[in-house]
This record gives sequence, C-alpha cells and structure tokens, in this order.
Amino acid sequence: MTRYPRWKFFLLLAVLFGCGLYALPNIFPDVPAVQISANAAGEEVPASVRRQVAEALDQAGVEHGPGEAVNTSWLVRLDSTNDQLRARQLLSDRLGDDYVVALNLAPTTPQWLRAVGASPMNLGLDLRGGVHFLLQVDMETVIQQRMEAWSGQAKMALRDEGIRYRDVAIDGQKLVATFDDQVAADAARAPLRTALPEFTLNQAEENPRLTLTLNASTLEELQDYAVEQNRTALNNRVNELGVAEAVVQRQGADRIVVQLPGVQDAAQARRILGRTATLEFRLVADQYSAQRAATGIAPPGTEIFPFRDQNNRPVILEKSKIATGDQVTNAQMGFDQQSGSPQVNVELDSTGARSMQRVTSKNVGNPMAVLFIETKTEMKTVEGENGERRQVPESTTDRYVINVATIQDTLGSRFRITGLDSPAEASELALLLRAGSLAAPVTIVEERTIGPSLGRENIEAGLKSMVLGMALVLIFMLVWYKVFGIFANIALLGNLVIIVGVMSLIPGATLTLPGIAGIVLTVGMAVDANVLIYERIREELRNGRRPREAIDEGYNRAFTTILDANITTMIVAVILFSAGTGSVQGFAVTLFIGILSSMFTAIIGTRALVEMTYGRGARAPTKLSI
Amino acid sequence: MSNSKKMINFMGVRKVLGVMSICLVIASIILLATRGLNLGLDFTGGTNVVVESPADIDIAGARDTLEQAGFEDAVVQQYGSSRDLSIRVPPQDGIEADQVGQRVFQSLAGGIDGLQLKQVEFVGPQVGDELRDQSGLALLMALGLMLVYVWFRFTNKFGIATVAALLHDVIIVLGLFSLLRWPFDLTVLAAVLALIGYSLNDSIVVADRIRENFRNTRETDPHLIVNGAINETLTRTINTSFTTMLVLVALFFFGGEVMRAFSEALLVGIFVGTYSSIYVVANLLFTLGVSKDDFLIPEKEEIDEMP
Repeated sequence: MTRYPRWKFFLLLAVLFGCGLYALPNIFPDVPAVQISANAAGEEVPASVRRQVAEALDQAGVEHGPGEAVNTSWLVRLDSTNDQLRARQLLSDRLGDDYVVALNLAPTTPQWLRAVGASPMNLGLDLRGGVHFLLQVDMETVIQQRMEAWSGQAKMALRDEGIRYRDVAIDGQKLVATFDDQVAADAARAPLRTALPEFTLNQAEENPRLTLTLNASTLEELQDYAVEQNRTALNNRVNELGVAEAVVQRQGADRIVVQLPGVQDAAQARRILGRTATLEFRLVADQYSAQRAATGIAPPGTEIFPFRDQNNRPVILEKSKIATGDQVTNAQMGFDQQSGSPQVNVELDSTGARSMQRVTSKNVGNPMAVLFIETKTEMKTVEGENGERRQVPESTTDRYVINVATIQDTLGSRFRITGLDSPAEASELALLLRAGSLAAPVTIVEERTIGPSLGRENIEAGLKSMVLGMALVLIFMLVWYKVFGIFANIALLGNLVIIVGVMSLIPGATLTLPGIAGIVLTVGMAVDANVLIYERIREELRNGRRPREAIDEGYNRAFTTILDANITTMIVAVILFSAGTGSVQGFAVTLFIGILSSMFTAIIGTRALVEMTYGRGARAPTKLSI
Repeated sequence: MSNSKKMINFMGVRKVLGVMSICLVIASIILLATRGLNLGLDFTGGTNVVVESPADIDIAGARDTLEQAGFEDAVVQQYGSSRDLSIRVPPQDGIEADQVGQRVFQSLAGGIDGLQLKQVEFVGPQVGDELRDQSGLALLMALGLMLVYVWFRFTNKFGIATVAALLHDVIIVLGLFSLLRWPFDLTVLAAVLALIGYSLNDSIVVADRIRENFRNTRETDPHLIVNGAINETLTRTINTSFTTMLVLVALFFFGGEVMRAFSEALLVGIFVGTYSSIYVVANLLFTLGVSKDDFLIPEKEEIDEMP
C-alpha cells in the first residue's frame, strides 16, 4: 500500500487554516453606522468636525461609538438602524453642504483579523437591499452635437479661403458640402482636409459636391470620451448623494452600471442620476421688440426661448454663450437675504470667470439671462421594417429661461442665480452643477430595486435552505456510509469553509441569492466524488480485495471519472459567468469555487482521514465501516 | 448494501423506453416551436413590482385599481403568500420607462393601507433582447463545448451517445417549462446550464464504466457488458442524484420565490438526467452498434487513463 505523502497532509491543513481564518469575519455581524466625508474630494474630516459630530449625537441622546477614520472619511458606529436614520438627519443639518453624511455598515471584525486583511464577503444588492441601474449613453446625441460643431468648422474653413459653397449638410456620420460648380468643389478639397483631419474625403463625384466621412478611430474616441465623462459625472453625483460603497462602472461600449447599496429612495436616485440639467449664461438681445419675439422667428445670431416664470413669454437671447454649466467649480444652495427666496451661489473657473468679466464689463445696465437646459428620454413605439413593433428611447431637450437680471456691475467668478421654484429645485440644481454635467444624455435601460426587508428575507431563505439541505445530505451520508460517511461529512464542512474563505478573499467576488444556491448545489454535488470513491471501494471489497488495496483502488480508479465530471461543470460555470448578469454571475462564481474546493476536500481531505484511521499502525484493517 | 450480485436487466425494456424518449423529445420540440417559453422579465423587458401588505391583498381589487390607472395589460399574481403581490407590466408608451414601477406602486398604495414596495425591476426592451440573444448563445456554446470535450475524451460513439443524452435532458426540461408555463428567466437559464454540466457528468460516469468493462473483460456480449456496467454504477447514480435532490428540495421549499423556478428546473432536470444517463446513453450505444472492436485503442492511451 502506498503511503499517504506527508506534504498533502500539510497542504490540507494549510488550506483549511488559511480559508478558515479568512472565512471568520463573516461570523461577526455588521452594525449600522454613519459615514461623514468632506465634499471636496481627498480632503480629510478635521478634528473639529469630528468633535462636532460627537457633540451633536450626545446632545440628541443618540448612543454612538468613538468613531474611526476610514480612508479620508469618519465612521461612527450606532446601535440601531433607527438611530442611524436619526443621526444622518441630525448631522447633515448640523454640518451643512460641506460634508456628506451617508448611511453605512461598519464591520465588527476584531482588530487582529483586520490586521491580516480579512473581511466579510461582499453581499450583492439582492441580499442587502439597494438599487441597481444600467444607464445607456445616448451616443446619437453626442455624435449629432459634434457633427454640428464640425460642420461649423468646415464652413469657416471655406469662408476663410474665399470658396463659395451652397451648403454643408450633416448626414449621419457624414458631412456633405455642395458647391455651385466643380471648380469650387475641387478647390475646397485642400482646405477641408486640413481643417477636418477627423474625416476622410471621398473620391471625385459627378455632382459638384464633397462627402466627408468620420473616421472610425475618431468615432471610437468620441464614444470613449463621452462614456468616460459621464461615468465621472455620475460618480460625482453618487458621492453627492452620500451612498457608501457605491459602484459606478462602465459596461460594454456605451453603458454604465450604477449600484447603490442601502438606498431606499430609488426615485430620488433616479432623478439625480438621469438628469442632464445644465445652465448657460447669455446676453438678452433686447434691441428687438417683444412683437418680434412673438413671431417665433429669431433674428440672425439669436435664438428664442420661453421664460418659465412669466407664462413662457418668449425671450430673444444672443446665440453666443458667456459661460456654461461645466465651468462651474462650486455651487451651493442659499436664500436671498431680503426676499427669502431660494437661490444658488455659483463659482466659476478661471476661463468662465474671465469671459464673464469681459462680457459684463461691457454690458453694465443690459439684461443677462440664465438658460436652463435639460434632456429627457421617453420610450416610443416604432414600427420595424418587418412590421414588428419595438420600443426605442427618444430624447427631447427642454430649454427655458429661468432668470433675467440686469447686470449691475462687472461680474467675476462668484455670483448668484435666482428665479428658482423651490428650495428643493435650488438644491438639486446646485448638486448637478457641482457634480458636473453629463456629456451625453443617459437612459435608464435596467433598474432593479430591492427593498431592505426583501434583502433580509433573501439572506434568511438562502441560509435556511443551505442549512437544511446540508443537514439532509450529512444524515444520508452518515447512514449510508457509516464511518466513511463521517469522513465525507467532515470534508463537506471543510468544503464550505473553503468556499466562504475564498469568496471573502477575492475582492471582486460578490455573494448573491443565486450564489447561495450555487453553494447549496455544490454541497449536494460535492458528495458525488465521495460516493464514486466509496462505491468503488465497496465493489473492490466485494471482489475479494483486502481493505487497504480496496481503498487504494477506489481512490485511484474513481479519480479520472471525478475529474471528468467536474471539468464539465466548470466549463458551464465559465460560460455562465461570461453570459450572465450580476446575480447569475454570482451563481457561476460560487459554482466554480465550490467545484474546485469540493474536489480538493473530497479527494485529498477524505483520503487523509481514511489514512489516519486505517493507514497507520502495524496491523492492516480486516474490515472497513463503509 | 449486499454482496449478492443481483443484476437488473436494464436493457430488456430499452426499446420501449427509447420510443418514449423520442416521443417526449419530439413533443417538447413541438411545444417549444408552437407555444414557446413563458419568458421572464429579463428577456421580454418591462416592469415587475413586488409589494407587501400587512393584511391579505384582494387581487381582483388590485387588478381593477391598476386598470383604472391605465395599466390594462398588467399581470397581477400572488407572490409567495397572500400578503405579497407581484405585478408585471409590459413596456409602456409615453411615460419615462423607468418610472412605471413607481406609478404602479402609487396607484396601488392609494387603496391599501401600509403597502410596502419590496422590489422593482425594470428591464428596457433593448436590454431584454440582448439578454435573450446572449442567453441563447450561452446555451449553444455550453452544448458545443460539451460536445468538443466529450469528443476528446471518448470514441465517436460514446461522444454521440452522451451528447444526445444531454440534448434529450435539456429539451425535455425546456418542453416542460413550455407546457406548464413556468416562467423562464435568467436564474432558470443558470439552472439549465448547471443541468448541462450535471447531466453530462452523470452520463460520463456510466460511459466511463462501460468503456472500462469493455476493455477489462473476456465477456463478448455487449448486452451483458453494458448491463453490468449500469448495474455497477447504479448505486452511485442514484445516491448522487438523491443527495442533489435533497438540497434542491430544501431550496424549493425554503429558498423563496426567486429560487423556486431555479429548483424546479434542476429537480426535473436531474430526474430526467438520471434516467437518460442509464437509458439514453446505453440505448444509443446499441443503436450505433458498439462492440469490443471500438476499444482496441493503442496502449498509450491506456496509461493516460490510469493515473
């Protein structure tokens, strides 16, 4: 009989110890906490604010922990979720706009465990409650806007060269320039090529016109830029909302995933995330009369917009912008000291401030308007080519003037915006301006909101079915295989420890409800390896082999079969991971880890136990309890 | 259990069961082609809302309320208990799509005291289409890769037999989902994929033993060899299916609504899979005319097989 190699024994112990250690934090429950962080990114919460927090909580009689620094923010543990909600309200009133107070969960893992980097498993939204959004970036709008700018550039280049053209029209991702004659068209080639390197000029055409096609690489860059810009803006907004451990991630070419654990008010989150509100500051073209505005035909160089607070009275504005929303560096809600009406105090960056100063110094006494721009997306049903009806998102842009004020003096980098409907509108506008505008409108194409009670129910359901399923399997194995059943059961428990340990170790792994199902399923399937081995041992015994030989044969012969069986399931898990979304991926992950660890415990683990029981000692066993 | 070598003559009824299998598969295919699957929200798009009330909810009343609110095509169902309700609404026109859930809840909350929103799921039609394509692709890919794997591991006849057993299981499970109108969503897809792994696993164990016995015995009658192999692996086949069923039953009863369809798919699948690993694989091997000659492979591979 071959001796069981010692290294396998140590490997087994090392793996079990390591995984056990990292699985341990999951035993300690999380406690409710509030997390305070400075609005300015990367800034620490100063000691004075920390003291204020403690004082405020003491005064209100809210029991709280001493608080601790986590990265740059300050985490205070509380006794209950009720206290948590109270504390958030209390602290956000007290600390104002400069600090964000978020609900969070604090781990109660002991210090020595945290010192080795052990932390509990990440729980998916279906287990902890929260909102999941999938946002689609509206690329057509981005491209359309950019194409308009390019067509402007083309016209300018032609004018500079003194080439007469009829029109430069936009056709999807192409610019079509038409001319009076072929001579002009030929002359336009060179200047257009230099002015628009992003485009490829086509070969000569019959008509006096030139077609410029947008390069694929430029298109890709444009898309990347828009998605990246949106991701940053969304990230800022999520931070403004005060959600701890939020996820904002790009998915695929034009989508962004936003996950907000613990958020209960999905409506607010949706409003803030999806909004593409921004501002423009423009001069009012007041040389034109109100009658002229009422005709609805804008004089050259101007545009007409409705004035929201005055029955949508049309107002004529200059086309050129003084400053735009993306030049805003800070925006805070406030109240007018005299009237008490809500306002937003705005600070501009240097470019915006310079432009504002230049224009306003020349226009003292003239009116300036604040134009509010918002894109909304609705679903529309359209008839497809084959007559089938399908839904497509359609964006509409609202533009209206919210405020017209006479320029009293030269404005610099700081000024205020009035004309807002309510404090809520003012604070949302301030938030959106602070967080930065989205480069392109977004549509929510998927939303999953899981209430906190459902999350808890799901955890309970998952745990209950796991415990029960496991108990049934343990009893069955014990009854059927006796002592060898005990070995298999110990291996099964070890398997569970390894799965939990590995899940806690991998930073990206998230436990979801289907993930728990994956663990439950592997518990059922894990004993398969032992069943295979044990049945083989029994068979060898029946065929008259001696116990030790039977054990050897059983383990050796069953090995290939076990490997085969598990590889097939692993392939499936990989496919599932690549095809599925969030919660189903959780299933694939636990299934994969479970299969690997079950092979380890069922083959190496039970063998060690068998050797310890039957392998040592001088006398070979004459009977096996199997 | 016992040392007596009592053999069950599995292959005695093979023709009858073979015909039954073929009928079931054809019936399933017809069902899938005509009736299709009751696709879940993940694949169709739309909105699903789950609400919870402290008292029992009157479903008919809820339906009326929703009809008045303009959701004529809402599907209202109990969700686990009589106090929970699930409302599914197809994609709507005119409203910002992601706000449908909120509107459904608000119109219901007006009539029922203490109503709580437990869950809102909104899937845009575009995402639904994509998930459907992706899932179909995943299913095909899983089957394809299994085919490749089995091809490498076995001779052609075994490969064909095990993959046929696999298709048999998947088609029958899908057919049952179509027949009973059980909802088919991403979680069920996960179950079907897991079933592919499991079913093949089961078939491989039996096929492995058949192959081993063909090589190691002086017996020449394929019937006796195959029947022997099935008998030898029978306890294993039943025990493994049994333990897996045990955990699935636990999941079915205690895993909540989300896991119900998942465990249903696997429970049925494992039942069918156990049957097919015994009958479909062996049956096809005979039909393909398996004989000892199929296993006269070079010695080299023999070494590979025995670590």
